[in-house]
Amino acid sequence: MAITWSSFWQVTLRLLEGFETTCLIFALTLVLALPLGLGISFGSMSKFKPIAYITKVFVWIIRGVPLMLQIFVVFYVPRLLWQIPFFTRFNAVIVAFVINYACYFSEIYRGGIEGIPRGQYEAGEVLGMKKSQIFFKVVLMQVVKRIIPPMSNEIITLVKDTALARVIMVTEILKVAEEFASTSALIWPTFYTAVFYLAFVGILTILFGKIEKKLDYYKV
Amino acid sequence: MAEKILEVKNIHKSFGKNEVLKGIDFTLDKGEVLVIIGSSGSGKTTLLRCLNFLEEADTGTISVGGETIWSAGQKQSEVEIRRNRLHFGLVFQSFNLFPQYNVLKNVTLAPELLETEALKEKCKADKSLSLKKEKKILSQKIEERARELIDTVGLRDKIDSYPCQLSGGQCQRVAIARALAMSPDILCFDEPTSALDPELTGEVLRVIRELKTADRTMIVVTHEMEFARGVGDKIIYMADGVIEEMGTPEEVFGNPKSEKTRAFLSKSAIKN
Repeated sequence: MAITWSSFWQVTLRLLEGFETTCLIFALTLVLALPLGLGISFGSMSKFKPIAYITKVFVWIIRGVPLMLQIFVVFYVPRLLWQIPFFTRFNAVIVAFVINYACYFSEIYRGGIEGIPRGQYEAGEVLGMKKSQIFFKVVLMQVVKRIIPPMSNEIITLVKDTALARVIMVTEILKVAEEFASTSALIWPTFYTAVFYLAFVGILTILFGKIEKKLDYYKV
Repeated sequence: MAEKILEVKNIHKSFGKNEVLKGIDFTLDKGEVLVIIGSSGSGKTTLLRCLNFLEEADTGTISVGGETIWSAGQKQSEVEIRRNRLHFGLVFQSFNLFPQYNVLKNVTLAPELLETEALKEKCKADKSLSLKKEKKILSQKIEERARELIDTVGLRDKIDSYPCQLSGGQCQRVAIARALAMSPDILCFDEPTSALDPELTGEVLRVIRELKTADRTMIVVTHEMEFARGVGDKIIYMADGVIEEMGTPEEVFGNPKSEKTRAFLSKSAIKN
């Protein structure tokens, strides 16, 4: 079937609706997983061994199992166990994504925090600073600078992982495109989604480049 | 008689089975410069780290100005440890400047944090004070003093530079200004020139020499023998975790009593 301007326009509008869901999954995951990941990283660095141990096992499980499977678990397991719909489809996706990404972020935070030389803490200590002051005033900005490259990688991966939401029928952009294929036998909308992903990732790439440049005035 | 500012008694420190300090005793008068020399691994740095509470010694006491601020076995709270630390300043071998801040901010950061805490208490007690206004006055005062200190170490034109833009010698001078900003009773230097290129050690040593005034007490760990001899009022030669020899520069360098000291000094190629 030939692509007409009107069909192109219609498809674009429908895809944009799906893209909205894609963006929502992306934004919610990011906003929730960034702080949660920091918490998890503190857990895995805890001096209290049981907490560190439990956190590490948890991170191992989450990073060791496909995200798709985790979405299934969050969505279906509560229904099977208690016969109640614990999460809506969309919420199940968010919960699975947040936990999964928080675990990946936590490892990035941990690497960043542990990479700060001991001397930075000691310099703060001999100057009479409190532990919290050392963390927020001395260490944090150095951690931020260190973690931006690995973080941007992970965040770009997140953009594309949102496509997994369709496994429990959440209509993000790729799901919309698939519906065109099954109902109208149109395959080109599926390929067309690449444009949306590329635009999104392109904007993020520029943004991260700007942030990196902005932090270029000091070296760690 | 000179006023005794520091008294260190019977400091022992082990890391696992390795006993690094085996009973260190010395006293220091106000305004005195103590130079500690000795080969690597003799415990010099560990001693300084114990004085600055970066390590906790296993036994002994540390008294400043007649008051025992630390004695082994007594558990101290974080607040107490912080207060103890303020008696001492430490300039590190590797500078440890804060890379994300410029020279001025490196110097003002710690005093600003500390004095803001005190100010908050004060404003809580006296409601008529406005924290915002007081803080502004405080910041100005701290900045003024920081500028003076940065001047003292000869870096007036680098005040807005970041550590990565400075040479090693300049970094170390900033670190000295940063330590001075806390007005410690005793300023310690842990091999301040060991991480520097040879042509940069001179400027740092000159600054330390110029800091020597009647009421500034300093402890310098160094491998620079000529400097030690020139700046020190008291020399300690440490070997294997003990004070092998202690005395005036003339005594230690001119007429060492111990065989070990003599061997060390001749290896360091300083002879009369």
